[in-house]
Amino acid sequence: MTVTFPQKSLPWLLLLPQLLITAIFFLWPAEQALEQAFYQEDAFGLSREFVGLENFLDLFTDPLYYQSILTTLVFSFSVAIVGMSLALLLAVMADRVIRGKLAYQTLLIWPYAVAPALAGVLWWILFDPSMGPIALWLKSAGVDWNHYLDGNQAMILVVIASTWKQISYNFLFFLAGLQAVPRSLIEAAAIDGASPFKRFWTIVFPLLSPTTFFLLVVNLVYAFFETFGVIDATTKGGPGQSTTTLVYKVFDDGFVGLDLGGSAAQSVVLMAIVGLMTVIQFRFIERKVQYS
Amino acid sequence: MIENRPWLTFASHATLFTGIALVALPVWLALVASTHPASAFGVGHIPLWFGDAGAETWGTVLFEKAGNGVDTPVWFMMLNSLIMALGITFGKIAISLLSAYAIVFFRFPFRNLCFWVIFMTLMLPVEVRIVPTYEVVANLDLLNSYTGLTLPLIASATATFLFRQCFLSIPGELVEAARMDGAGPWRFFFDILLPLSRTNIAALFVILFIYGWNQYLWPLLITTDDAYYTLVMSIKRMLSVTDGDIAWNQIMATTLLAMLPPVAVVIGMQKLFVKGLVDSEK
Repeated sequence: MTVTFPQKSLPWLLLLPQLLITAIFFLWPAEQALEQAFYQEDAFGLSREFVGLENFLDLFTDPLYYQSILTTLVFSFSVAIVGMSLALLLAVMADRVIRGKLAYQTLLIWPYAVAPALAGVLWWILFDPSMGPIALWLKSAGVDWNHYLDGNQAMILVVIASTWKQISYNFLFFLAGLQAVPRSLIEAAAIDGASPFKRFWTIVFPLLSPTTFFLLVVNLVYAFFETFGVIDATTKGGPGQSTTTLVYKVFDDGFVGLDLGGSAAQSVVLMAIVGLMTVIQFRFIERKVQYS
Repeated sequence: MIENRPWLTFASHATLFTGIALVALPVWLALVASTHPASAFGVGHIPLWFGDAGAETWGTVLFEKAGNGVDTPVWFMMLNSLIMALGITFGKIAISLLSAYAIVFFRFPFRNLCFWVIFMTLMLPVEVRIVPTYEVVANLDLLNSYTGLTLPLIASATATFLFRQCFLSIPGELVEAARMDGAGPWRFFFDILLPLSRTNIAALFVILFIYGWNQYLWPLLITTDDAYYTLVMSIKRMLSVTDGDIAWNQIMATTLLAMLPPVAVVIGMQKLFVKGLVDSEK
């Protein structure tokens, strides 16, 4: 693309709406978070004093913050790994069948459209200790299910609800990846006598690795930032702090705890993390473009 | 099919059926639960088969009030959700089309800088900068308004990148030919560029509509007036009733109604949806 229009001021006019909104609702708040992170505000928001790096020092000496980091990692990797494994299994099966592929796809992808908060509520009720069918069934099997009291069970619940929503996405990308594996390779292996399982692990799975890596990053980003609704509508970060992820903590400390400085410092840390993940994502995508 | 293995084929179908059943399980039970009277839930179990109070519950929730502390009927909140979702969708598509057009078809100073500023929005999801963004919107007096619900969410790097990619694939000869025929930038935009990117716009529309409809945290924070409640966030308000008083049948009916429009869009426009999903990750 080298042919362009000669106008000099028109492009600015065209860019104006996007730049304005970006400046007002993205850059200005980000700048304020950055500034706020160096101040300590009193409880009424009347005065504030410059405290330098104290908010950050508080943050990094706070055991609760480390606990939240650990919670986030456990949560994100569980969502990514469980979701991707199940989706891969389903995608491999769907790739095998000849009849009804599209029907299967339709019936598997719709949860993508369900809002995280609603996904949380649906599973929350299934597992409700006093009336949820799954919880009652677990009880009769000898598991004492109560996510109101048991932090691990609460974590399992939010992982299930978040994974449920994300399987559709993983499924679609795995299926596309599987369909791009050259048929001739698999046929050659079959002629050499390799069983379907052996063919999968030695040929198909390695060839899927770009897709797998891409999905891993996307799933981690999803679990980090888009599962707020799941947690807020169900466990609200509890019991205790057992499902308080980093993003939930920013909200909780800022709006519920009214610790604006601390919340802002956490925002700054999170922005750095998102920045890093975005760069990783883009690096990878550049590579993918070069290969193709 | 490489070789014929009837058992493996059978196992594939069986696995897929199990997967579909598991995925549908919560929705099935919610549907069943919404057909029972509220009193059916205190007795230690959720009913497993349809009851006969379905029409009544759904009617109440849709046309009278959603219940559990939310006095607005679902149809009204659906309208709010629709306004928000369409506002976000059209807003994002419009400003992204314009800025991608500027970046691809014009040369001007600081072009790369503008591109990077737009790129930055990718790194700042609203959940991360939630407190200061709320303050900015409060300062601008946009709480409890449709503008406040939509405007802060319509800057989108993804859509701009997508259109940029799409515009870059348009051959330069086309621009030359248009210019030779005397078409100005606006005419080129409306008569050539828009028709050419029709499919991309449609695919993006599907994805963005789902995104807009499913907004949760933002409407929850900035709407306190129930005239602006959206359907998805109202669930949270409904759940904050004291435990014993929750009418689960109404919550289930509202939840199902809240997920119906985006799910219908995904199923009805599956091809565009898949295209949009794949495109927006490039």
